[in-house]
This record gives sequence, structure tokens and C-alpha cells, in this order.
Amino acid sequence: MTLDAADLTALIGLCREQIEQHCERLGRLDSAIGDGDHGANMRRGLEAVYRERDAISALPLPVALERIGLVLVMSIGGAAGPLYGTLLMELGRGLATGEEEADFAAILAQAVAAVARRGRSGPGDKTLLDVLYPVQAEIAGHAAPLRIAECARNAAQATEMMLARRGRASYLGERSIGHEDPGASSCALLATTICQYFQEHAPS
Amino acid sequence: MTTARGANVGIVIVSHSPLVAQGAADMVRQMVGGCVPLAWSGGNVEGGLGTHVAGILVAIEAAWSEAGVAIFVDLGGAETNSEMAVEMLGPARAAKVAICNAPLVEGAVVAAAEASGGSTLARVVATAEELSA
Repeated sequence: MTLDAADLTALIGLCREQIEQHCERLGRLDSAIGDGDHGANMRRGLEAVYRERDAISALPLPVALERIGLVLVMSIGGAAGPLYGTLLMELGRGLATGEEEADFAAILAQAVAAVARRGRSGPGDKTLLDVLYPVQAEIAGHAAPLRIAECARNAAQATEMMLARRGRASYLGERSIGHEDPGASSCALLATTICQYFQEHAPS
Repeated sequence: MTTARGANVGIVIVSHSPLVAQGAADMVRQMVGGCVPLAWSGGNVEGGLGTHVAGILVAIEAAWSEAGVAIFVDLGGAETNSEMAVEMLGPARAAKVAICNAPLVEGAVVAAAEASGGSTLARVVATAEELSA
């Protein structure tokens, strides 16, 4: 991963902008099968990271990712805070101890596994994991950024037909079928944003 | 809100609603008076419905007891955020905290009654969790 401070600042800004733009849609998706606060929670989280962007970007990448995770945990609230926070914190910790860039897919796999443990969920439960698993698989297969982005969007859409087994949506049973999972949706949105940046700026 | 620091197991109540959290705490207080350390966290950082780690950490600190702390949660996010908060205490203190698989109101009241007699954390948790059995 070659990401310098300018890249990280730009990515934080883009992610915040995208969440802001899609805040209402995420809220609507969440209202359909949950408590309706996912958009507002994600916006609060990304705003908190954005406020700290200069200090964060000045840190070495592993520490920066861990810091972003902590800020998300402390600001998002809801189940999404600990889930996204765990992903970023574990990524940071993995990169800090990992060898070189070749290991990124493996580090991501471990971070995704940590998210699964945190949420006590797995594939097919209609959560953000249903985006994280296929995205990790594409990265492991060295797919191009736009291919990964497409995979993320498709994976989020595929949660529509799943029966929720975790979170408040699971209380709805079969009525949760037919709605895209808001967590999967925000995850795909962020993955797509990051992939597009990589495509345009092609850091090696 | 803390009394009897260090003597009996402490009780923390975490709800998405500040009203529910405070109401449950009131019921605990009515049951055991001031002899059990007690604190609650309810609502998100903006005071709306939700939970947040920082608030839960403050509540754990407020109800801290060397005998341990039992946490009662309502819905999913309350549990996940509580787990996160407990981890942030570091391994030594985290080992003295338990998140109970019990109904929020009944669990907290029953646990507090048990704690007021000087029971261990394991005993307090077991008594509360019998409600879910």
C-alpha cells in the first residue's frame, strides 16, 4: 500500500462527501428494516474523522487507520460504530505488524474476520460482511479497482434477497427480504469511493 | 451516582433510550438504595436514541467496583458498543466486567439485589442470567 498523507486526506474527504450525499438513502434503507439512523450515524462518524483529517493524515498509515477506527467507534454509535471501527483498527494493527504490501489481502482477511467475531455473524446474514467478504476475495485475486467497486455494489444489492439473521432487521424475519441491507450499502459506497480514487490516481 | 465504591459488585445499565436507562436505574435504586454502585448510559452522543462507547465508559467508571461490574443492555448496538467499551478498559479491568444475557430491567434489579448481599460477580451474573434460562 503506497498511500501518502495527501492520498489519505483526499480519501477521508471523498468518503465523507459520499456518505453525506447518500445519508438520506441509507436512512431510508435502515427505516425499512431497522431503526432508521444508519445514515445519520455514518455521517456523524465521517464528520468526526474529517475534523481530524490533518492530524490523522500526518500519522504513519497503520497508526492513521487505527486512529480512524477509534474515531468511528466513538462517534458512529449503533452497531455500525464497533463494526467499522474494528475493521479499521484491525487493518491498522495488521499493517503495523505485517511485512509488505503483498500481505494486504491477508491483513484485510484478518480484519474482516475480526468484524465477523465482533458482530457474531458470517456470510449470508445480510450485513456489511456480505460486501467485505467478496471485496476481500477480489483484492486477494489482484482485481482492478473498478472491478472491485463493481463487485462491492453487486454484493450490496445481493443482500436485498437475503433473510436478516443479525441486528434489528432479524426481528422482522421474512419481512426483511426485499430490502438492501443499509450496512452493506454504506460499505459498498465507501469501498466504491476508495476504489475509484485508486483507479484515478493509480497508486501502485 | 456512585456509593459503596469497591464493596459490592457495580451495576451499569445501557439502553438506546436515556429515559429507559434512567428509569431502570431508578428501579434498581428503589430496590437496593445506595449500597450498590450504579450508573447508566442511554442515547447517542447527540442525546437521541442510540448508544455510544464514550458514555458507556463513563458509566463503567462511575459504577466501578473492585468486586466487578455487571452490565445490562437492551438491543444489539448496546451490546456491541458495551463490548467495545469493556475492551478499552484493558485486559486487567475488562476481566472484572461482565455483559449479562438478561432482560434489562428485571436483570438489573435482580442483579442489584444479589450484589447488595456482597455476592461475587459470577454469582450476580448467574442470578441475572437465570431469568433468560
